[in-house]
Amino acid sequence: MHYDAGSCNGCDIEILAALTPKFDVERFGIVNIGDPKQADVLLVTGAVNHRNKEVLKNLYDQMPAPKMVIAIGTCACTGGVFHNCPNVLGGIDNVIPVDVYVPGCAARPEQIIDAVVLALNKLSGAVKVEEDSE
Amino acid sequence: MNTVQIVIATILALATPVIGGILAGVDRKLTAKMQERIGPPLVQPFYDVLKLWGKNPMISNNLQPILAFSYLGFALLAAGMVTFQQDLLLVLFIMGIADICLTVAAVSTKSPYSYLGGRREFLAMLSYEPVMLLVDIAIFLVTGSFTIKGIYAYGKPLAMVLPLALVALMFVLVIEMKKSPYDVSGSGHAHQELVRGVFTEFSGYTMALIELGHWTKLATTLMIFSLFWAPNPVIGAAISLAMFFIALVIDNIYPRLTWQKMLKTTWSTGFILVLLNLAVLVFGGII
Repeated sequence: MHYDAGSCNGCDIEILAALTPKFDVERFGIVNIGDPKQADVLLVTGAVNHRNKEVLKNLYDQMPAPKMVIAIGTCACTGGVFHNCPNVLGGIDNVIPVDVYVPGCAARPEQIIDAVVLALNKLSGAVKVEEDSE
Repeated sequence: MNTVQIVIATILALATPVIGGILAGVDRKLTAKMQERIGPPLVQPFYDVLKLWGKNPMISNNLQPILAFSYLGFALLAAGMVTFQQDLLLVLFIMGIADICLTVAAVSTKSPYSYLGGRREFLAMLSYEPVMLLVDIAIFLVTGSFTIKGIYAYGKPLAMVLPLALVALMFVLVIEMKKSPYDVSGSGHAHQELVRGVFTEFSGYTMALIELGHWTKLATTLMIFSLFWAPNPVIGAAISLAMFFIALVIDNIYPRLTWQKMLKTTWSTGFILVLLNLAVLVFGGII
């Protein structure tokens, strides 16, 4: 699942690029889903602020464990160029625990795919059932 | 039925979720190929269900697990009724009850998306069940029996007598598979407006049960379609797989329609096709 915590859309477009025929993330069995209750991995882009931290926390709580969070882009990792803005909290790890960080402005689709596959490998250690399909 | 036939029918009924799962894998692979992608492995749906089963339960209310189990149970019962060559009319009703379990589970929660999906699922049932019923009545008029045994006893392939009914069933299949243009109730692609529709409130093992039930229903529906060439099951299976392929092509071509359009097109086209077919048969002196 993908949540945009106030990003400039640069990273969002790169996430969508990972679904296109060129990168085809579904070959690892990964699909983009809109429902937090059926999601395993939460992708967050953008620097989180006081307004949407509740939403982000809520979405994270709605995902059943075991789950993974990936911070995509410099803004989601640390706050980036917005780190000292009065309304910005900085990286999303101030709100929810993050498992994989993907720096970059914007993060490249290859990096995002690597991060999701890394997260799934990390997850398969947490689940008893064999998880991913490589 | 002798013992061997009973054993074969039981195995076939229990194998329907597996057949449906493989079909779901074929669906994802073919859809990927049509979009010039590589696509997931064929057994990916099974990995997904195992994964869902392994997740921590997060149940919205106590009713949902019971209804999820009943959905799978009724779907398996319908599959068993088909393999044991029972009454086709009753098979349709049992599949309807399975669908009602899913819908009641969806509207029993407080989530507005789940509620919306549940209501649209009711409308989807309203769209395809009368068409399926009419096709069933047409089969009765031709063969003189509502049972599947009667279709086998008829001897001639039904597809030769009722070709337009088979076309009408194409609409039923697309709604049953929840594919575009009729995926109004539980599309996997309508993130903003539906989230996941009728499936929104299911997670973990309840979602796994719903997936298994959905595969069973898909395989059962295709088995019913294969009865249209009852004397030779191989040609029957080929017909139903061809219809499955056409449904995938339609899914990749058409955008999602509104439920009003779904109701109008299925009722008008479905009814007209089946009634036209019957009219030709009556005036042709066949029945």
